[in-house]
Amino acid sequence: MSQSPENKKGQVETTGHVWDGDLREYNNPLPRWWLWGFYGTIIFAVVYWILYPAWPYADTFTKGVATVSFQAPVLDKEGKPVKAADGTVEMQTKTEHWNSRALFYQEMQTSPSALAQQEWLAKVKDMSFEQIAANPDTLNFANAMGHALFGDHCAACHGTGGQGVLSMNPEASYPNLTDNAWIHGGDYTKIVQDMTNGIKGNMPAFGALFKGEKLTDLAQYVLSLSHQPGVNEEAANRGKASFATCAGCHGANGEGNQMIGAPNLTDKIWDFVDVSGAPTIDGKLKLVEGVIDHGLQHQMPKFSDRLTPEQIRLLAVYVRQLGGT
Amino acid sequence: MSSVDLTEQEPELYQARDPIHPKSIKGRFRTFKTSVLVLAYAIFFLLPWVRWERLVGPNQAVMFDIPTRRYYLFDLVIHPQDMFLLAGFLILAAWLLFFVTGLVGRAFCGYFCFQTLWTDVFMKVEHWVQGDRNKRLKLEKQGWNLEKIAKKGITILIWTLIAFWTGFTFTAYWADAPHLFVAFFTGTAASAAYMTTGILTLTTLVAAGFAREQVCIYMCPYARFQAVMFDKETLLVSYDAARGEGSQGRKPLQKGLMALEERHASGTGDCIDCKLCVQVCPTGIDIRDGLQLACISCGLCIDACDEIMTKRGWPTGLIRYASEQELETGKKPSLLKFRTIGYGLATFLASALLIYGILTIKPLDFSIQQIRQPLFVVMSDGSVQNNYELKINNKEQYALELELSVLGLKDAQIAIGGNFTTLDIPPDETRNYLIHIRAPRESGLSRQLITFKLTDKTGHLPVIESTTSFNFK
Repeated sequence: MSQSPENKKGQVETTGHVWDGDLREYNNPLPRWWLWGFYGTIIFAVVYWILYPAWPYADTFTKGVATVSFQAPVLDKEGKPVKAADGTVEMQTKTEHWNSRALFYQEMQTSPSALAQQEWLAKVKDMSFEQIAANPDTLNFANAMGHALFGDHCAACHGTGGQGVLSMNPEASYPNLTDNAWIHGGDYTKIVQDMTNGIKGNMPAFGALFKGEKLTDLAQYVLSLSHQPGVNEEAANRGKASFATCAGCHGANGEGNQMIGAPNLTDKIWDFVDVSGAPTIDGKLKLVEGVIDHGLQHQMPKFSDRLTPEQIRLLAVYVRQLGGT
Repeated sequence: MSSVDLTEQEPELYQARDPIHPKSIKGRFRTFKTSVLVLAYAIFFLLPWVRWERLVGPNQAVMFDIPTRRYYLFDLVIHPQDMFLLAGFLILAAWLLFFVTGLVGRAFCGYFCFQTLWTDVFMKVEHWVQGDRNKRLKLEKQGWNLEKIAKKGITILIWTLIAFWTGFTFTAYWADAPHLFVAFFTGTAASAAYMTTGILTLTTLVAAGFAREQVCIYMCPYARFQAVMFDKETLLVSYDAARGEGSQGRKPLQKGLMALEERHASGTGDCIDCKLCVQVCPTGIDIRDGLQLACISCGLCIDACDEIMTKRGWPTGLIRYASEQELETGKKPSLLKFRTIGYGLATFLASALLIYGILTIKPLDFSIQQIRQPLFVVMSDGSVQNNYELKINNKEQYALELELSVLGLKDAQIAIGGNFTTLDIPPDETRNYLIHIRAPRESGLSRQLITFKLTDKTGHLPVIESTTSFNFK
C-alpha cells in the first residue's frame, strides 16, 4: 500500500488500470494514523470475541471468557427460593458468562450506591419507628426509600402523593393517606400489619332494611353528624332511630371504629364518596343513600410476598408522616 | 505499475515528520522562560501537598472533591450552587488571553502554555542524556547500536517518570494527596485514579515527547484564533528584514564583508545567515520568513540573534519584539488603542464581577416547594393542610440552629415532619424536611401567598424569606 521505492519523489503509484487511453486511478497510500487505527480496530475485535459473547452458531453462541458473579437465591426443585427457618432467603454466588442482566444484578448488590443503601438499611434495622422518625438523617432515608417503594407498589391506587381517589362512585374510590384520619388505625404497628396482610373492608347492603323515606331520613341524619349545610333537622331527627342499626360498627354517635375499619362519620373527611364535592344537599343525600343501599366492599392486597419486612417498615414511616398528626 | 508525475503537488501529503532538535541558548528570554517554568512547576507539583486547617472537610489546601461536590481552595469552599463562579473564571481567563494577545501576540503560547512548558522540560532531558543539537542529530542518523538504544531508552524512561508524576499530581488534586499516594502504590486506590493517571501519563509522554510542535501546528485551536487578534500594532517576534537584507540580501561573513561598514557600503544586510535562529527554534521554523502559524512567540531566536550581534559588536535587535507598523514606518505601537482599552476593560470587569461573586456567596440556601399531589387536604376538623418540601443547604463551617415560621396566613399551624421544633443543620450539609401548614378554611378564598421565614437562633446570619402559595381549594 505504501509507495514502492522505485517511485520518485512527487510521483504517486497508480493501480495500473487505464481507461480511454489516458484515464488512470491513483493508488494513494492511506495516511499512517488511519492505517494504524484500522489495525487497532481489528485487534480490538479479536479481543472482544475472546472476552464477550459474539459469534452465533447452531442454536447458541460463543460465550466468551469474561464472567459476571452475583448473589442469587438458592432454588428448590420447583424453582422456588429456599427459605431458612427465620424466613430469610438462602443466597449463593452465581457466575455467568458476561451479560447485561447479570451485570445489573451485580450492580444492584455491589455498586457504591447499593452498598450505601445496605449501610443505611443496617443502621435502621434495629431502630424503633419513633427513633427513625426522630433523627433527620434516618427520616430522610426512610422518606427517600419509602417514596420510591410507594411509587412502585402503592401509587396505582393511592396516587403518587398518597392523595387517594375520591369520586362519586364508592367502588372507584381509594382512601386518602395525606389527611389526619385513619380508617383502620394510624399507628406504626397497625400500618405495618395492614400492609403485610392486606385489608378487607366490608359494609353490608342495607337496601332491604331501609327504603324510600326511611332511607332518606337516615341519610339526613348521617349528614347532620358532620354538620353539613342544608340538612333538614326534622328529617334527621326521624332518621336518628334507624341509626341504631349502624351504631354497631360506626358507634353510637357515629364516631367510627378503627378496630373494624368503620369510618368516623362526624368529621369533615369523606373516604369513599365525595360528599363535600356534591354541590346540593340532594346530591349529598343521594351519595349517602347509595352507600347505605348497596353497602361497600373494599380490598387492599397483602404485600408480604412483594416487599420485605424491612421495606414495609420504612414504607410505614413514610406513609405515617404524609398527613402529619 | 506505472506512475503519474505529481511534482506540482508539493509538499508531499504523507511525509513523515522530521524530528526537531533545537540548540540550547542563553539569554533574556531563555531566563524568563525558565523562571516561568520553575514557578509553574513549583505550584503545580507542590500545591496538592500543602495542608490547610478547616473545621469541616479535608485538610488539603486545594482539592476538587467530586464525591461530596465541593471545591476547596484554601479558605474558599465552592458548592455546586456556586459553579457559575467557574464560568466567571473561564470568561476572565478568555478576556485576559485576548488582552495579552492583542498587546504582545502569542505570549501565552511561548511562555505559559503547558505544552510549551512540558516540551521544554522533555527537551532538557534529551539534552542532558544525548547532548546538544549536533550530537542529537548524529545520534538520529546512526544505526540502532547499543549507544543509541541506551541513550534513547534512558531518555524515554525519564520522560515516562516525569509524565507519570505529572499524571499522578493531577490526580492528587481530586483526592487527599498523601492518602492517595499510599493507596495508589498499594493497589487500593479507586479505578478512576489509575485511569486518570494512566491517560495523563500517556498523553503527556506523547504530546511533550513525540508530538511536540505538531500539537501547536495541527491540534491547538488557540494557536489559530490568537492570530486573528493581531493588528498592525501587535508586538510580534519579528525579523527586521530592512536591516537584515539590505538591498543585496543577506550574506555570510566573508572577505570584504566582515565589518558593518563594508557590508552597508556594498548594500549587504546585517544578517550573516548563521542560521542560529533556525537551530534554536523549538518548532523548527525560520523567523526570517515573517509571521507564521507555527511561531509560538517564545523569543529564543531573539536570544540567539542577540548573542551573535553582541559577539560581533553590532547593535542587537535584528530579531526583536516589534509590530508590523514599527517595521514599516518606525512608529512605536501605542498602548491606548480601542482594542487594548476594550479588552482591558472587559478583563477588569470580569475580575471585578468574579471577586464580587466570591465575596457575596450566600452562606445559607433554602428552597421551599409546595407539594402538588395533593395540592391541599381537608383535615377532620374541616381545616385545610398544604404540604411543602423544605431544603436547607448550610454552606458554613459550623452547625446552624434554625427556626421556621410562616407569615401571611391567619391562624396557621406549622408542623415539621418528624415533629422537630428546630432545624439543626450540620456544618456544610444539606437537609430536607416535610412541612405541614394547617389553617382554617377562609370562605371564598382559593389561594393565598404566604412567606416562610428562616431565623438563625444564634443570630449570626440574617433572616431569609421565601414566598410561595397556600391553596384552600
